[in-house]
Amino acid sequence: MILDGKCPTGPIQESWDKHRFDMKLVNPANKRKYKVLVVGTGLAGGAAAASLGELGYNVEAFCYQDSARRAHSIAAQGGINAAKNYPNDGDSIYRLFYDTIKGGDFRAREADVWRLAQVSNNIIDQCVAQGVPFARDYAGYLDNRSFGGAQVSRTFYARGQTGQQLLLGAYQALMRQVKVGSVKLFARREMLDLVVVDGEAKGITCRNLVTGEIESYWGDAVILATGGYVNVFYLSTNAMGCSVTASWKAARKGAFFANPCYTQIHPTCIPQTGDHQSKLTLMSESLRNDGRCWVPKKKEDCDKPAGEIADEDRDYYLERKYPSFGNLAPRDIASRAAKEQCDDERGVGPGKRGVYLDYQSAIDRVGEDTIRERYGNLFQMYEKITDENAYKQPMRIYPAPHYSMGGLWVDYNCMSNLPGLFVLGEANFSVHGANRLGASALMQGLADGYFVIPYTIANYLAGVKPGSVTDEHPEFKKSAEEVQGQVDKLMNINGKKSVAQFHRELGKIMWENVGMARSDESLNNALKLIPELRDEFWQNVKVTGTKEEVNSQLENAGRVADFFEFGELLAKDALHREESCGGHFRVEHQTEDGEAMRDDENFTYAAAWEFKGAGNEPELHKEPLKFENVQLAVRSYK
Amino acid sequence: MNLILHVWRQKGPNDKGRLEQYEAKDVSPDMSFLEMLDEVNEDLIAKGVEPIEFDHDCREGICGTCSQVINGIPHGPEREITTCQLHMRRFQDGDQIYIEPWRSRAFPIIKDLMVDRNSLDRIIQSYGYTSTHTGGVADGNALLVPKPAADMAMDAAACISCGACVAACPNASAMLFTSAKVSQMAVLPQGVAEAVRRVKAMVGQMDSEGFGNCTNHYECEAACPKGIRTTFISRMNRELMKSMVKAD
Ligand SMILES: Cc1cc2nc3c(=O)[nH]c(=O)nc-3n(C[C@H](O)[C@H](O)[C@H](O)COP(=O)(O)OP(=O)(O)OC[C@H]3O[C@@H](n4cnc5c(N)ncnc54)[C@H](O)[C@@H]3O)c2cc1C
Ligand code: FES
Repeated sequence: MILDGKCPTGPIQESWDKHRFDMKLVNPANKRKYKVLVVGTGLAGGAAAASLGELGYNVEAFCYQDSARRAHSIAAQGGINAAKNYPNDGDSIYRLFYDTIKGGDFRAREADVWRLAQVSNNIIDQCVAQGVPFARDYAGYLDNRSFGGAQVSRTFYARGQTGQQLLLGAYQALMRQVKVGSVKLFARREMLDLVVVDGEAKGITCRNLVTGEIESYWGDAVILATGGYVNVFYLSTNAMGCSVTASWKAARKGAFFANPCYTQIHPTCIPQTGDHQSKLTLMSESLRNDGRCWVPKKKEDCDKPAGEIADEDRDYYLERKYPSFGNLAPRDIASRAAKEQCDDERGVGPGKRGVYLDYQSAIDRVGEDTIRERYGNLFQMYEKITDENAYKQPMRIYPAPHYSMGGLWVDYNCMSNLPGLFVLGEANFSVHGANRLGASALMQGLADGYFVIPYTIANYLAGVKPGSVTDEHPEFKKSAEEVQGQVDKLMNINGKKSVAQFHRELGKIMWENVGMARSDESLNNALKLIPELRDEFWQNVKVTGTKEEVNSQLENAGRVADFFEFGELLAKDALHREESCGGHFRVEHQTEDGEAMRDDENFTYAAAWEFKGAGNEPELHKEPLKFENVQLAVRSYK
Repeated sequence: MNLILHVWRQKGPNDKGRLEQYEAKDVSPDMSFLEMLDEVNEDLIAKGVEPIEFDHDCREGICGTCSQVINGIPHGPEREITTCQLHMRRFQDGDQIYIEPWRSRAFPIIKDLMVDRNSLDRIIQSYGYTSTHTGGVADGNALLVPKPAADMAMDAAACISCGACVAACPNASAMLFTSAKVSQMAVLPQGVAEAVRRVKAMVGQMDSEGFGNCTNHYECEAACPKGIRTTFISRMNRELMKSMVKAD
């Protein structure tokens, strides 16, 4: 099937304004009759639930944590982009649009990206009004910094805790609605199924994580804002509870999953120290503004202390390979370069999977105090984890899975192919193409939640009779039985291997075969290994405890079971995409000097996969991407 | 290194609970405290014993989920970190470690080391916000915020709502938590319009949740992983005084 993103036509500058006018509205007096379920209370879900509650809809919001404020958005450090052009350095909506399309390696929909750039400015205003304590200069104006290789300063920040502060703004707005009664909050709930009635999304089935009860919730529309899936790699910068479960359950009920192979590996994370490692910690990208990446030129030097290696024996590989961008090359390029050095056996630290990020030149240039002022909290964080002082010896860093550009397929209205199912934030595939630029995920989450869904959901609801399907419908019972069935199955296997062991093994398969560099051979290998391990999982996993109480083993078992099915789809998508673009690097498709080679003629489309039952081949649907406002170009950072 | 753990086990809110002893073997100094517990849990699972339940998510000190009293101190012996940021190099071979949940009337135990902290959410619900709605606000630069005010607001806003302040306080008071939000909003021009109503509502909610009074022990400040200062409590008290003389 050829998919239609239903983008507005006409000049792109007017597309969103015109579309807003064309969409249907819901009469204010009728809004409270509509019930909307919002799964996820991160930036996207929190902003959506609060805004819809303010408009008068009857909202129910869900999260797996004990409080809406703990969604993983809280961990974002660096900042949020907007096209305000406050510094007068040449920024504009068009430039933010262009940078995002180019950064995404020309694999995103133009109209969606334009809208994102357009509403970015409203986001900053909104957050300021909420009391988000953005950094200010001495005159009291909002401060900006440049981030992630952008040539303009468009990033707004709140110390190293931007995600936290933005999320608290949304959370507080949400709490206000909880108090007035327009939003009901269900924390410690995990969505384990989507209820679809006559092809439309009408509810969800959850497990109460405290009592173990299986609960049904109905709504006139369902919004998923359940975040990203890179925990399929086991070790990542995501929180421990992040999973693909909500999205995957929706996919199993017919929602298309788009571009699962677009995953982002972040270059500056603290390397792994051993098998006990449970997660990887990100160090803000801003570190590359002053740090220089290097490895020893000679293998023999790798075990020496960094200080004993003379400057001429160091390979500042990013500066060598990308003289104009140097250490500020985009994430995918910097990550791959680090891997190449380590594959060449010139890595440093435990297991030789690490490269140096060195501040000595910067300290010599501007002094230790200035460096402390700029990065003090990051150096401290590094020391807490590694026990090393980065003012005295270079940091060691290594890339780690960080973000998922792929996600459930949605049209311009953020609605999936299942009517009534909307998908926001990192959970959808919409704006980042094959690679996301720094400080733009926070922007997308809040854009979707505050400024897109309040309009687009009305267009859908206006055509639906409120409460026409409730949890009385037999599909709800059926779904609850299915969920109960899976819980019972997991509890009864009583095998020998723990859930964590399986997750670790799956992660290893994914990281080694479907990670930073993918080949026909490695992908086929993954496609052989994943089903084998999955079969073993269903024979041999051990889940302790009972199902009627708090049971984190059971929770994790369900998440890992979904990662197994999803991991296979990710590998299939990567195998089918015979080109290199953004975060997806196929070793067969590179230039002589190792740069990614896109194939615009054959792959300028979004790949949306339809689940066809466990063990069956998924069906590929294509949404062709048209570029009318930018020129397709080779992304060069040399 | 090898350690002896004494861990609080409690089936549910109505169970009495008790300390159980476990061994943690071959612990690497590079492990985080929670990774050490993961390994202990793997051992327990292998033996068919139910693993220890504890709350955690981000494992990098920002979500505020992890919450353990370690050797009598909320978040353990190191200052200004959360449980998940504690590393095993702080301990020595043969150490005995006592691990318990937050203890407060306002935080009922759910299971083992997990507690219910929704009382903190309800304090925010009572008025921990500005009453702005989405859309229709002024340009971000229309309102100038002097840098010192912005910085002070950020100091207060750094709270992660973990509840260590309550767990550390002999009276189980939530003054540090509440005052941080009151102060953030009070120093910003955006929050001034509702300052009077806010402080009254939040303090009222705090009292009705069963948190104790503040009698100046300063244990909350010592336990706070984000370094939030008790000067915010003084600030809240001033705001409260002001609210008594001003009509809302
Ligand atoms: C360490 C780190 C640093 C980052 N730094 C930046 C940055 O500086 N700038 C930037 O722009 N981006 C950054 N990002 C990316 C950005 O933070 C995320 O992409 C974004 O916050 C995702 O928001 P979200 O609302 O889509 O999802 P999340 O915040 O992940 O929220 C997901 C929500 O869904 C709920 N949920 C999930 N599954 C279920 C289920 N089955 N049932 C019920 N509820 C469920 C969760 O409880 C949660 O409430 C960073 C990411 C990380 C990991
Ligand atoms: S787990 Fe998030 S703060 Fe410790």
